Amino acid sequence: MKRRLFLKSAMAGSAVATAVGAGLLTPSMVFANSADFKAVSDAAGASAAGAGKGSFKFKAPKIAENGAVVPMTVDASKMDGVTNISFYVVNNGTPLAASFNLSGAQGYVSTRIKMGKTSPVDALVTAGGTTTKVSQEVKVTIGGCGG
Amino acid sequence: MAKIKLKPKARKGVIGIKCLIKHPMETGLRKKKGKLVAANHIVHMVVSHNGNKIVDADIGSSISKDPYFKFNVAGAKGDTIELKYKDNKGKTGSKTAKSK
Repeated sequence: MKRRLFLKSAMAGSAVATAVGAGLLTPSMVFANSADFKAVSDAAGASAAGAGKGSFKFKAPKIAENGAVVPMTVDASKMDGVTNISFYVVNNGTPLAASFNLSGAQGYVSTRIKMGKTSPVDALVTAGGTTTKVSQEVKVTIGGCGG
Repeated sequence: MAKIKLKPKARKGVIGIKCLIKHPMETGLRKKKGKLVAANHIVHMVVSHNGNKIVDADIGSSISKDPYFKFNVAGAKGDTIELKYKDNKGKTGSKTAKSK
């Protein structure tokens, strides 16, 4: 299978079928991988599109030398009732990196993310039922998502 | 069993919880010698503070290898922090630590 072709099909979400067809992965592994997370990811993408600008701090590097390890911090501890913090990398095959449902913890999450290529990164914070985002472009010189 | 480092530290009424989980976090898209490496990544993680769930995270394959997380929660020295995770192969891991 050509790499370019494979990547394209992965983007279209039909990687599952191709991978199974090629006998590379057993079905159980594939479905455990992405079945429900994809739904969460789509929902996050939809809410990101309509979200207004947030009043929290989002710290990410402007240039990431190594796309495999991109540190990111969301600091919304000044906001009340933060229920969810998500990291959404627009140009990744699976755009949602992680979604943290907070109940009792302060609105602060710091983590490290893999990025395939240069992309805007959206930090989404949901507080009191409203989702807001802060976006930042991160330039990646070496990709971290395989290939 | 994967190794977990969990270091909660209390300061001015806030516990900073730093955690590092040793995990390969394979996306299932990477190739090694022409063959795809099977996906193996954490999908779900729960952090509790004195038995109450404070963080419940859905984690995707695009979190880095050996993932690192930091959370803050109001609390004091001596509080118990527990971390549990589950990966896409059904393996689980947990670690409990007392805040310093």
